[in-house]
Amino acid sequence: MPNLEHPAYPAADLLRLESLVPCRESQVSMLLSLFGERQQFSFPSIFIYGHTSSGKTYVMQTLLTTLQLPHVFVNCVEYFTSRLLLEEILIQLQSCSSGTEQTSPVHCDTLNDFVRLFKQAVASRELQDQTLYIVLDRAEQLREMEANILPAFLRLQELTDRNVTVVLLSEIVWELFRPNIGCFEPFTMYFPDYSIGHLQKILSQNHPPEYSADFYAAYINILLGVFYMVCRDLKELRHLAALNFAKYCEPVVRGEANERDTRKLWKNIEPHLKKAMQTVYLREISSSQWERLQHDGGEPGQLKGLSAHTHVELPYYSKFLLIAAYLASYNPVRTDKRFFLKHHGKIRKTNFMKKHEKTSNHLLGPKPFPLDRLLAILYSIVDNRVAPTANIFSQITSLVTLQLLSMVGQNDQLDGPRYKCTVSLDFIRAIAR
Amino acid sequence: QQIQEDLNKQLLGNLVSFLSRSHSDFQEKTTEWTCRMKFREIPTAALVLGVNVTDHDLTFRSLSDVLQDSITPYVALLEAKDCPGIKNLMQKLMGQLMNCDIDVDSLEDEDCVQVSQNRTRCSMSSLVSWYESTAKKTDSVTPSKKRNSSSRHWQSPPVVVIFKDMESFTTKVLQDFIVISSQHIHELPLVLIFGIATSPMIIHRLLPHSVSSLLCIELFQSLSCKEHLSTIIDKLLLTSRFPFKLGGKVLQVLINIFLYHDFSVKNFIKGFQLCIVEHFYSQPLSVLCCHLVDIKKRVCSLSHDQCENIRRLPSFRRYVEKQESGKQVELLTNDSFLKVETEKLLEGLYVYHANYVSILRCLHVFTSSLPKYPLGKQIRELHCACLENRVWETEEYESSLQLARMLNKIDLVTMLQQCVEILMSSSGKEFDKTVEKLKEFLTQFQNLEAEASQEQDVSVSSQKELQKKTDLYHLQKTLLELKESRKSKKLTKFEMLRFEVVDYIDSLVRKYLVPADDRTLHEIVYFNTAAVLRGHLNAAPRTALHTALNNPHWYLKNQALKCDGGGISNKAPDICIVYKLHLECGRLINLVDWLEAFSTVVMAAEEPNADAASSDQVDDIIHARFIRAVSELELLGFIKPSKQKTDHVARLTWGGC
Repeated sequence: MPNLEHPAYPAADLLRLESLVPCRESQVSMLLSLFGERQQFSFPSIFIYGHTSSGKTYVMQTLLTTLQLPHVFVNCVEYFTSRLLLEEILIQLQSCSSGTEQTSPVHCDTLNDFVRLFKQAVASRELQDQTLYIVLDRAEQLREMEANILPAFLRLQELTDRNVTVVLLSEIVWELFRPNIGCFEPFTMYFPDYSIGHLQKILSQNHPPEYSADFYAAYINILLGVFYMVCRDLKELRHLAALNFAKYCEPVVRGEANERDTRKLWKNIEPHLKKAMQTVYLREISSSQWERLQHDGGEPGQLKGLSAHTHVELPYYSKFLLIAAYLASYNPVRTDKRFFLKHHGKIRKTNFMKKHEKTSNHLLGPKPFPLDRLLAILYSIVDNRVAPTANIFSQITSLVTLQLLSMVGQNDQLDGPRYKCTVSLDFIRAIAR
Repeated sequence: QQIQEDLNKQLLGNLVSFLSRSHSDFQEKTTEWTCRMKFREIPTAALVLGVNVTDHDLTFRSLSDVLQDSITPYVALLEAKDCPGIKNLMQKLMGQLMNCDIDVDSLEDEDCVQVSQNRTRCSMSSLVSWYESTAKKTDSVTPSKKRNSSSRHWQSPPVVVIFKDMESFTTKVLQDFIVISSQHIHELPLVLIFGIATSPMIIHRLLPHSVSSLLCIELFQSLSCKEHLSTIIDKLLLTSRFPFKLGGKVLQVLINIFLYHDFSVKNFIKGFQLCIVEHFYSQPLSVLCCHLVDIKKRVCSLSHDQCENIRRLPSFRRYVEKQESGKQVELLTNDSFLKVETEKLLEGLYVYHANYVSILRCLHVFTSSLPKYPLGKQIRELHCACLENRVWETEEYESSLQLARMLNKIDLVTMLQQCVEILMSSSGKEFDKTVEKLKEFLTQFQNLEAEASQEQDVSVSSQKELQKKTDLYHLQKTLLELKESRKSKKLTKFEMLRFEVVDYIDSLVRKYLVPADDRTLHEIVYFNTAAVLRGHLNAAPRTALHTALNNPHWYLKNQALKCDGGGISNKAPDICIVYKLHLECGRLINLVDWLEAFSTVVMAAEEPNADAASSDQVDDIIHARFIRAVSELELLGFIKPSKQKTDHVARLTWGGC
């Protein structure tokens, strides 16, 4: 395990940094060597990518704050337009340079303005000799902004002629970013996923103060054993660990087992974790409900999950409309005549149709159909006469807003709207009952 | 008319109270969550409301009102149609939050105006800073004034964001918003509420796991709209408070629209209001439809014409025919005598209503628990049945009585108790006897029970005796005896009583649940013209258009247009002629042929002698008229230009509708 060493920074800071970012030592040392000393110019842009929750944001943030490097940290999802993004960078710049000065509202509409204001802001500060770091989190959003933003950020050092480094954090690879007009290639760096050992180490690091570290580590071990198969997301795992720890401690609190008695504790917690895997992890029930449940010690059966409420109540004709739409979507047009016109025993026919469509058209997905066909099928499957009232038509649109149907080809709504049925066979079965 | 306004207000009041009741538990939860906010989860309520989207507006408004009153001043309602992008969403959100802040305390007015002026920077961080500033102010600046409000709200009131129609939001907007707000959850206590119309699965469909894991979703199911409807019917129709009543057919129409079409309580209430308006508008005697207190005054002020109107009512005529001849003459000639009689009759009607409702409820208690529900599960079905015809003549009633005769004792007793409660709560004087009678039944049942328990004691003791005897044969014999005695003696007694009870209920029904049509002067308070209502509520645009074009006489009221059967008259407006001609064509219509046919029809009567001049050359005026008519049809959506053939148009409707 390489110890962090760098001549420019005090050893105490480095030690602290190392304790804060476990399992990421190699990446950190790499970054440090890239950054160089405070006043040295660094690489103009660095691109860091890795799977979700592999510690990109966290590492960058802790690195910059513990070493007290001047930096600006911006999340691109939050500042969704280029103007907001640029203004936010400038505001942060102002506030970190001078805490007391009243920050005047910045107006920055174009990148040109940004470069100008940026130069001013940096020039006014005493930090000219230090490298300024601009970290753009969730950088994949940059692609959706104006075309000049991303290339400009990549060579900001060149444009502004200041000591600045832009760090892009993203979950996707650089190849997907590269604009087709070409641009400055950043230094790319990959953060690999944490292995199970890493996860174990990281999770057991923040153990609650009233229990010993070993105890918590044992707990984490059990937890990982159950959940590692389905989930490697550090955030999720930490969430689950916090949720279930109280249950794990229960025997100890009651005095039935001491902290060393892992086997007993395991017996106690295992079914709970299994249950949690089915419910909490999928967010079927919320974590607060889960906690309440653990308090009461009740069965989770009484708490119905989100997916349990699948039944939808629909008005009488809406049901028929939806069924008609389904039939129109999954039956080819040429069979309509055969199904709906031959004889008049309507109920028997619908059954017969159901059998048919299961075999054939299901894998192709729903096909669009015109409104007239939908109504024709509706008239033939409803027993009594239906007047084509405004109510029926408005029901079709309300079904569209409920996302049970979807409109295809929005160019001429008046002339011949075409729809698609988006619900599954199970749903239709439940309705047709 | 003022009665109607009155009603409206009452209706809304009813609704709001009903809704707030259904949401009260929900708020408690809200408060609870914000306390246990942990990690970066955003507490979220998923509110499953059912498909009656039109009602949601009212629900959400009352919900936000309640929230504002009790928990937090910061409530924002977002609708999908306002938020096509994340930017619009943020703008809307900020605007609403800051406005509602102005409402809460006018002290910060200037401040907020200033903020909203440079609202161009709409981002979460400015929202956060705004929130911090306002929260600080509410804490520090005006502690005296804030004391009462902070006892209502708490120290850091959460910001509640309500998404009215989750389904219609675009996925990206929601995802982005959730991600952003999860970044700021520590600075900004945010609570989301999703209004969901279909099923909670939609959350999983809209949001990927990485986003939905940021939410702490708790599910709330609001009452189904059917239940909602029955409470409203319960409160509006089955009370004696409102003098106005719906006839059986009308009610059936309204309920059908509700069940078949939209599940919308709001529309139901609109229909009901329409009935009221229609009734007061069309029925000249509806002045008499008022509360009992006013009747006397209004009856006295009746004019001669109105008295004549009363005499013309069919139900009144039936009533007169039943009287003896002297009274008949009096009723038909003497106005003042008529007035006295009318007043009496109206009072009778009023009493009848009161009795009707309570007996109806009693009957419902009995029938609703029967297997297969021969008379319907809901009280509204029973109500309809009773309004339409004599309920005791129907087969369903017979079968339900049959079933009632087979009820077991516990059910019967509880039902009787319920009936007694209902009758006690209703203020009718006539029910004293009934209540007594029912109570008598109850005591009889209790006696029976007591006897039974005694007998049980006996049997227990006999069993003890049995245990002493070891002889198997004897044991069997005594057991058989016991069983037989039990069957024959006790059950017959119980059955007798049961028959008595059912018969008594039957007699009550026959006495009180007379259909309203049989009562004299029912026209005054009952609105019964279902056809009118159906015409108003069930709009049929296609049919209307078809009749207008096919039969212009229907709307234009011009005698000349009265056409004869299938022929096409040339006096009709051009568009009608064109429409009729186009009905005879197939999917694609050749314009030249169409024009030809049109000109022949028009020329046929106009100048049959001038055909020599324009036999092959169509008149310019006719050409222009034709083109105008065709473009009008295109505007109405019957045809559209087709791309397949240049001189053809495509028909958009199939058949004649």
